[in-house]
Amino acid sequence: MREPLIFEISKKGRKGYSLPECDVDKKNLKEMIPEEYLRQESPDLPQVTEPDLVRHFTRLSQKNLGIDTNFYPLGSCTMKYNPKVNEEIAHLSGFRKIHPYQPEESVQGTLKILYEIEKFLCQISGMDKVSLSPAAGAHGELTSMMMIKAYYKERKEERNVVLVPDSSHGTNSASSNFCGFQVIQIKSNKEGEIDLNDLAAKINKKVAALMITIPNTLGLFERNILKIVKVIHNEGSFLYLDGANLNALLGIVKPSDLGVDIMHFNLHKTFSTPHGGGGPGSGPIGAREKLAPYLPIPLIGKGKESYYFNYDRPKSIGKVRSFYGNIEVIIKAYCYLRSLGEEGLKEVSYNAILNANYLMKKLKKYFSLPYKGPCMHEFVLSGEDKEAKGIRTLDIAKRLLDYGFHPPTIYFPLIVKEALMIEPTETESKETLDAFILAMSQIKKEIKENPSLVKSAPCNLSISRLNEVKAARELKLRWKKNGD
Amino acid sequence: MIPYIPHTEEDKKGVLREIGVKSAEELFKNIPQNLLLKTPLGLPSSLSEMELLKEMRKLSQKNANLNEYVSFLGAGSYDHFIPTVVDHLSERSEFYTSYTPYQPEASQGILQVFYEYQSLICQLFQMDIANASLYEGATALAEAVILAHNFNHRQKVLLSKTIHPEYRDALKTYIEKTLGLSIEEINYENGITNLNKLEERISEDVSCVVIQNPNFFGYLENLREMEKIVHKFGSLYIVSVDPISLGLLIPPGEYNADIATAEGQGLGNHLNFGGPYLGIFTCKKKFLRKMPGRIVGETTDRKGQRGFTLTLQTREQHIRREKATSNICTNEALNAIRATIYLSTLGKEGLKEVAELCLQKSHYLEKKISQIPGFEPIFTAPFFKEFAVRCPLSPYKINKLLLKNKIIGGFTLEKFYPELKNSLLFCVTEKRTHEEIDKLISLLGGK
Repeated sequence: MREPLIFEISKKGRKGYSLPECDVDKKNLKEMIPEEYLRQESPDLPQVTEPDLVRHFTRLSQKNLGIDTNFYPLGSCTMKYNPKVNEEIAHLSGFRKIHPYQPEESVQGTLKILYEIEKFLCQISGMDKVSLSPAAGAHGELTSMMMIKAYYKERKEERNVVLVPDSSHGTNSASSNFCGFQVIQIKSNKEGEIDLNDLAAKINKKVAALMITIPNTLGLFERNILKIVKVIHNEGSFLYLDGANLNALLGIVKPSDLGVDIMHFNLHKTFSTPHGGGGPGSGPIGAREKLAPYLPIPLIGKGKESYYFNYDRPKSIGKVRSFYGNIEVIIKAYCYLRSLGEEGLKEVSYNAILNANYLMKKLKKYFSLPYKGPCMHEFVLSGEDKEAKGIRTLDIAKRLLDYGFHPPTIYFPLIVKEALMIEPTETESKETLDAFILAMSQIKKEIKENPSLVKSAPCNLSISRLNEVKAARELKLRWKKNGD
Repeated sequence: MIPYIPHTEEDKKGVLREIGVKSAEELFKNIPQNLLLKTPLGLPSSLSEMELLKEMRKLSQKNANLNEYVSFLGAGSYDHFIPTVVDHLSERSEFYTSYTPYQPEASQGILQVFYEYQSLICQLFQMDIANASLYEGATALAEAVILAHNFNHRQKVLLSKTIHPEYRDALKTYIEKTLGLSIEEINYENGITNLNKLEERISEDVSCVVIQNPNFFGYLENLREMEKIVHKFGSLYIVSVDPISLGLLIPPGEYNADIATAEGQGLGNHLNFGGPYLGIFTCKKKFLRKMPGRIVGETTDRKGQRGFTLTLQTREQHIRREKATSNICTNEALNAIRATIYLSTLGKEGLKEVAELCLQKSHYLEKKISQIPGFEPIFTAPFFKEFAVRCPLSPYKINKLLLKNKIIGGFTLEKFYPELKNSLLFCVTEKRTHEEIDKLISLLGGK
């Protein structure tokens, strides 16, 4: 059913709020503010009652798939279950209703959490220091590349190249480019891993860093990682780890042992905080000794009796945002780590890898698997089918919606034609995985027997396939009164 | 057993058998064996739900929270009232457990909310277009300066010293140290940007002029006069505003701002000790294709029904990679949902009422404080909900005394402005009552 826009249910004179009367001596408005500074017409915001409003947004909430309603195997995004107790705790007044500039003595509880999670992330990754400032993974990447830039600038070394594998996330390139680095791609070899010859041809003293994702975006562990890092370090370049796939490594491999110099964490992927429909996330970064002095300010310090913000870091690149980080998200991740503890954390990656390999084994019967496993926490199929002309991965994705599943990530990584990138996570049961396998096998059958059905998907939702081309051409980006 | 991992021992065995391996370790065969961890990480052992709740409640009680303390602290993060419906509706897990809406048919609800958000923000700011959110106020402002540079390729940025000092610090990190542009700061006089100084510095080299309104001190800039100076040589006019103030104050579109950004925390988002907050980004239509972040557009499905989808994605990193307008991927969607619900709840009249209450109550406090011997307002320019006061003794001492009495005092300005010794920046929102303000006055020695 079509839900009207909030503006379309607005009626003059209705209201959804109640505010107290002004209880201080009132002054005339114009005594306080010159007339030319005042708004002449009130902003044309909707006027709705509370029940109307509640119904509107409740209905809109129901027109979404989320982890709480559906299996959501979105590769690279780690859509695992978001524990409710973490929500409950993060919403306690003691955490939610505190101001960032309150005296440190009045926020010791939160400071302790921040101090400890910095330590936990160091223990998990083997990094020497962690900053909690970045608001998201891409923000962490950008911050890291700014640090690398500052490091070489201080040494007056001109290094203006960043290497990225051709299977890398787009944010790697975008973050490097912002810092003025030229981005050069390294080819993948037939096995889907970094081509050592291509790396050897492109590495030189101009290279500031290699940005690597482990396991890579095909879900494969780079078997040559130790050779790669040797090549990189021999030229005095840094190894940056895109931490998007850390859910495969917890307690199994420590990034520092791989030779990683700097990395980001996605608390909203690996550490179970909800994605919120696209955010907020949190993208702390960790650095080894060489780069740690450049981390953004502030870090958290611990004195004899109390915790404090440490701004005394002369080599820091400075602030990368206001205040200190996405604290509410960080508190949820802290709760997750405390719930799981040492033992639980290893179970996470172990089960995530198990689930991915199970799905891979079953699904490769129906769709081609361009790069062989075993995989880590995710894998990539190709939706390309030479016999079924005209059916694309997009069609498969839309048909999955009819079966009640959120589709995998599609058309990424770019090195796989018609890619379907599948990440089940550890929080899904065998029964759910089996239901997904059944749906995929049915779709495969439909592609052969009834391709027009697949092309016309989704068929069972309240909305049919949306015209994205039209959206980009007509560009209706906001509601306007009377369509003006 | 961890309650979030469903596999029984039986399941695990079955899955391993189906995969065709004897143990999970066989799945690690591509990991160089010397890399496999043999020692524990050293994390604490796991807690049950009960233990976790108990420990975290205890930690939360070590913080002085604003349900129990009365706050006169602002400086970029504001204790505004949040109607109950905002928490209730935004905490529906169908919203918060979804991902970025890459598959529009699976996310019509959230896409419609973002479309409503963009529309509400455009109405409020009187600007042509808005994106679906950025991280927070400082990075939103940085993105504005980046856009300006990408648009006119000029090398110099003029920054008013009345902009939030942490925003200026962040701008230095992005714009000066990383992008390599030069930043010049324009000093203030009587609490607002010195327009003569601005006029002296403006030239055809200036990419943009950046200001804040109400500014960090809470005072109102002379926006129309400023506009004439900024546009004299075609520089872009960038302003960071307090969205609550727009219930009462002239919106950026009306004084011809090119890009207007904001910290949207005040629109229904909790203080959260500084984050997550909401970066609001709006601009003129001509900058659309250079805009950072997600944008939602209206379209139709195959049956002609109205629907919504992410659009203009060719600007974004996942398509355009190093040529993208910004590297942003995850934004602050849930905070934008909260702002949408907040603005819909307050509506046309409510936001104005909130703004007026802030204005009246802050002026009441200013009048009362001025009557206490030794306390005096530093500036006389018009202000909205914050103002700066010179104190007869150390502001740290004052705040200590207030804290003992369950009041969070003003912001100590010398932290960022060494020239403003013994000064406090007080903030009064609609939540403060007559009684609370009078209690503050009496603790400061007034009546």
